[in-house]
Amino acid sequence: MTGTQLKPAVDTETEFQPRLSLRRKVGAVFGVLTVVAMAIGLLTLGALIVDVVRDGWSVLSWDFILNFPSRRASAAGIRSALVGTIYMMVLTAVIAFPLGVSAAVYLEEFAPKNRLTSFIELNISNLAAVPSIVYGLLGLGIFVRTFALGRSLIAGALTLSLLILPIIIIAGREALRAVPPSIREAGYALGASRWQTVRMFVLPVAMPGILTGTILALSRAIGETAPLITIGALTYVAFTPGSLFDPFTVMPIQIYNWISRPQPAFHQLAAGGIIILLAVLLTFNAVAILLRARLQRQIRD
Amino acid sequence: MSAPTTERRHIVVPPGQPALRVETLSVWYGTRQAIREISMVIPERSITAIIGPSGCGKSTLLRAFNRMHDTTPGARVEGKVWRNGIDLYAPDTDPVWVRRQIGMIFQRPNPFPKSIFENVAFGLRVNGYRGDVAARVEQALRAAALWDEVKDKLDASALALSGGQQQRLCIARALAIEPQILLMDEPCSALDPVATMRIEDLMRELAKSYTIVIVTHNMQQASRVSDYTAFMLAGEDRIGELIEYAPTREMFIRPRDRRTEDYITGRIG
Repeated sequence: MTGTQLKPAVDTETEFQPRLSLRRKVGAVFGVLTVVAMAIGLLTLGALIVDVVRDGWSVLSWDFILNFPSRRASAAGIRSALVGTIYMMVLTAVIAFPLGVSAAVYLEEFAPKNRLTSFIELNISNLAAVPSIVYGLLGLGIFVRTFALGRSLIAGALTLSLLILPIIIIAGREALRAVPPSIREAGYALGASRWQTVRMFVLPVAMPGILTGTILALSRAIGETAPLITIGALTYVAFTPGSLFDPFTVMPIQIYNWISRPQPAFHQLAAGGIIILLAVLLTFNAVAILLRARLQRQIRD
Repeated sequence: MSAPTTERRHIVVPPGQPALRVETLSVWYGTRQAIREISMVIPERSITAIIGPSGCGKSTLLRAFNRMHDTTPGARVEGKVWRNGIDLYAPDTDPVWVRRQIGMIFQRPNPFPKSIFENVAFGLRVNGYRGDVAARVEQALRAAALWDEVKDKLDASALALSGGQQQRLCIARALAIEPQILLMDEPCSALDPVATMRIEDLMRELAKSYTIVIVTHNMQQASRVSDYTAFMLAGEDRIGELIEYAPTREMFIRPRDRRTEDYITGRIG
């Protein structure tokens, strides 16, 4: 190519119209639009929090957290619902996380790529969109009646686990798919079996993404009311569950119960309950995010 | 060995003990055939280069030697690859066993996102090595000419190394489990000339005790490092075939096939 001159095929002056200023303006407009979109989300959340905190701040106290619910608003607390929610979340995470991750690993790493697998995949996506009340009916039929677990904590946790399982599976598969194939090939080329490669390299690299999905799934579960009411969670509980087979309530149910009463004092209690619910949710997420950050650091270093 | 498809081609059978005997090997991706009925004998303790233009199926052929296609959905291999009287594609041959003996170095260095030490120790652990892991790691890093550069930072992340160092780490990792054959898929294409030189020196050193098969698009590299060269080309139908296989010096000085001559003189590809 060195001897020959590169002949200009086009007249750069007339045939190219860079329109730099227009492109810059379009870019600026788009930038502003994205900021507005973000601001709408943030402001709504902010307004909600301000409103709830203004209504509920006055009822927040150790008494509110430690007392059982009561017919007298001044003596009522959220203890049974708070404990119920914490038990419920821990149980649900313990059940749904290993099941969901295992299913995702099977589908992504082991399942043959055929019609049956794509049929299963399609249906898992569908399951993620099924209304939660349907899961409640399923839980009532299977766990409460068939397995005779009654209206217990474990029946509720199993029902919520079914509810969030598709979300964890889908997030898990996305995370596994994002692991570069070169890592798998490196493992295979060293005489590692598929399982060894998955356990030692693919899963650890995918774990931060899997945890993100699990956080989202558990955040959904913590706010669920319908399926738990369907399986028979109580609305008035003056004790904390002592075993997996005890009846229970959770915070969204308690909050709903308070907010549907006519007296304004109970509405304040509901706002207080929402603050506690948000605090629990943020604590759970913070733990998961810390865990994720630690895993990511381990992978980088 | 007489393969009918080689009648018009110039395909030598190297003297001595063969490391691999390839018989009418074809590979498909889905319904598309990538390489057609390739037969060749790869000699032991030597370097065999596979050259050819992009898309001629050189990497496909190389990956067939240690059953890496087993891990690609939709890929199908026909034909036989013999090693010491065992067909690597026989139904009772375990692909994990095959890869434990036939290691592979990839185009882009792919160290695990872990420490330098752990990268080399991984192969030992998964294969149940019972000896002194630390000593074996040092030995492998020395064999890959990397020890002096990393001996003080074995716990540092492998990802912090330069590209050339990462590739030598991958070679050390492969050597640690003492494979008999090392397959290298364009191992220097992501490296600068200095790093490339070091890898080539290392390959010459390793060829004293290992069999190396290298895929390269760099003809100078093939002529510098290899003992034998295979030239592949895809025809009209885009299916790769083996055109010529000869001692490297012979092929580069006096190619027998017109197409080989056109390629190595830069007229095609």
